[in-house]
Amino acid sequence: MALISYAQAACQALAAAMRADPRVLALGEDVGRGGIFGQYKGLQQEFGAARIIDTPISEATIMGAAVGMALTGLRPVVEMRVADFALCAIDEIVNQAAKNRYMFGGQGRVPLVARLPIGIWSASAAQHSQSLEAWFAHIPGLVVVAPATPADNHALLAAAIACDDPVIYMEHKELWALQGEPPAPDPAVLGKARVVRAGADLTLVTWSKLVHTAVEAAGRAAQHGIAVEVIDLRTIWPWDRDLVLDSAARTGRLLVAHEAVQAGGFGAEIAATVAEELGIPVRRVGAPRIPVGYARTLEDVARISAERLLEELTTFVQRDAQRRPAA
Amino acid sequence: MPVITFPVNSSPAEHLLDLYRTMARIRAFENAAEETSRGGVAVFGSTADAVALVRGPLHLSTGQEAVAAGVCAHLERGDYLTSTHRGHGHTLAKGADTAAMMCELFGRATGTNHGKGGSMHIADFSVGMLGANGVVAAGIPIAVGAAHSAKIRGSGAIVACFFGDGAINRGPFLEGLNWAKIFNLPVLFVCEDNRYSATTATDAMTGGAGAAARARGMDIPAETVDGNDVRAVDHAARDMVARIRAGGGPQFLHALTYRVKGHVSVDPATYREQGEVDRALESDPLQLAAARLDALGVDAARIAEVDAAARAEIETALAVARAAPWPQAAAAYTDVQDTGAGQWH
Ligand SMILES: Cc1ncc(C[n+]2csc(CCOP(=O)(O)OP(=O)(O)O)c2C)c(N)n1
Ligand SMILES: [Mg+2]
Repeated sequence: MALISYAQAACQALAAAMRADPRVLALGEDVGRGGIFGQYKGLQQEFGAARIIDTPISEATIMGAAVGMALTGLRPVVEMRVADFALCAIDEIVNQAAKNRYMFGGQGRVPLVARLPIGIWSASAAQHSQSLEAWFAHIPGLVVVAPATPADNHALLAAAIACDDPVIYMEHKELWALQGEPPAPDPAVLGKARVVRAGADLTLVTWSKLVHTAVEAAGRAAQHGIAVEVIDLRTIWPWDRDLVLDSAARTGRLLVAHEAVQAGGFGAEIAATVAEELGIPVRRVGAPRIPVGYARTLEDVARISAERLLEELTTFVQRDAQRRPAA
Repeated sequence: MPVITFPVNSSPAEHLLDLYRTMARIRAFENAAEETSRGGVAVFGSTADAVALVRGPLHLSTGQEAVAAGVCAHLERGDYLTSTHRGHGHTLAKGADTAAMMCELFGRATGTNHGKGGSMHIADFSVGMLGANGVVAAGIPIAVGAAHSAKIRGSGAIVACFFGDGAINRGPFLEGLNWAKIFNLPVLFVCEDNRYSATTATDAMTGGAGAAARARGMDIPAETVDGNDVRAVDHAARDMVARIRAGGGPQFLHALTYRVKGHVSVDPATYREQGEVDRALESDPLQLAAARLDALGVDAARIAEVDAAARAEIETALAVARAAPWPQAAAAYTDVQDTGAGQWH
């Protein structure tokens, strides 16, 4: 079976959506040459420059214009290159796209997808490495999606384009070349997580690139007799409370891991919810509250490795097992 | 540390040779950076080769040396400069030490930024170089603020603000120029027009008559020059800097050059005709200056000496950088903030 890359998967999903619906278009810098990650490869040749729109370096207007397009009958896919540059369009996302429907009493809808790749991209330093999903999850009106696999980058992008709400779509900069199984033709359902690996001792919730790190850590934990259930959240908002609570109720322990800074990260929301609902022990793993440095020795401090996850979850399970009355 | 101020009374030939020296040093630096980065740049999300010495996105200013050299020749050490992601030339020409710069590109503790920034964020505040920037046009408001500060403090410093042709389509360009104008600030805006914004030919994305016309629209005096002719840049910058120092307010220099390399070092730039690049290479700023020096009667041996000295300086910088220590992991936690320091989680 031929494998497909994370970038190709998204490209195919966008192409399919554009073939099916003339209202779908994409706009952003360098998209006409396939985008800097190859995620728009061949699309301008197929759909022309009026639907794969090359823009000036004008993030605020790229996003603001997309809001205007969405309000008036189009379904724009907005290319922001990396989440860090979307900060040049934060008013257009937070005050305009997210607020429009509510503020104007439901008269308009803003069906746009803004692609804001997150994550550390090796040796790219402080302004190209941020994982800001919690910022957007905090904003009422926005949907936030973070695909971990090529198949999901197809299914979730298709779902995001079909969604009538503004979607912040956060691919990971170090996953573009990841090869995986080809996608199923159906779009995903936004807000549905997936159990990637079943286990009875601990629930490990994560998303984006860290899903792969978590699976690796879970495999090694199994050798130490710890059965970890890994959940790929896939959609950050709305997040799949049912699946997470169900799993955590079974395992009795919840660990949330994300590449984003731990303090104020979305892991805190999940951990707090599980603690409130189930009263079980919860823990978080995230990056220290530091910018990402250029030198490898500095960058490594900001990365969450499989070793780190393994250590965290082993300590968590061992300490908690000592506390629990023997069954 | 290299000396970058020129005696006013030096002859045209000697002055041009000084400019040539700066360009030769930048060229040698860029060539070395390109060479030592092979395999080190992540393409399409793949992971950078861990053994390459220079890693991550590397934006070279090869072929654009005349702009940095010609403008910075008129700056004093106490003047300020803001730059872009393509900032090695500006940093070097402003007087930064090439060994410390190379250490930064190598991510070493002895780099100008102690390994925290790398190529894209190179900075040397000790010579007034307030930073290369990973965000297009982000340096413009900062330059304007530094100029506003210099004016308020009466320090006499001026600011050179470098940005690319792509940056003039971002809002901060308009806001920054307007601000500099209404407060009559001592800032020299330098649009380093290499015709490209990443993979995009900037012309097709820019309305109207371009950078200089936009500045004139705000009554900021503006001039377009051949940015590969270091004398043209030098003369224009000299006059503009003189007007700024005399309290004449912001000035705008639009320097036409060409990005002979890809957007980043690994970009093969297949989106443009090779013929276009070949034609641009014919007006290489160093060759143009060398020919002019020859016409002024400067001995070819002196030019060769300058070239050799530049290469030797950069060889030394490479050797220093290779031997330099990595930042300790603990340094990842320093210089974040004072209030709340230590509360990493
Ligand atoms: C706000 C912002 N948008 C997009 C980018 C990505 N990007 C980096 S360099 C570049 C092209 C810049 O072109 P120009 O200003 O002409 O500078 P040059 O690279 O030609 O020196 C782009 C689009 C960025 N760094 N910042
Ligand atoms: Mg340019």
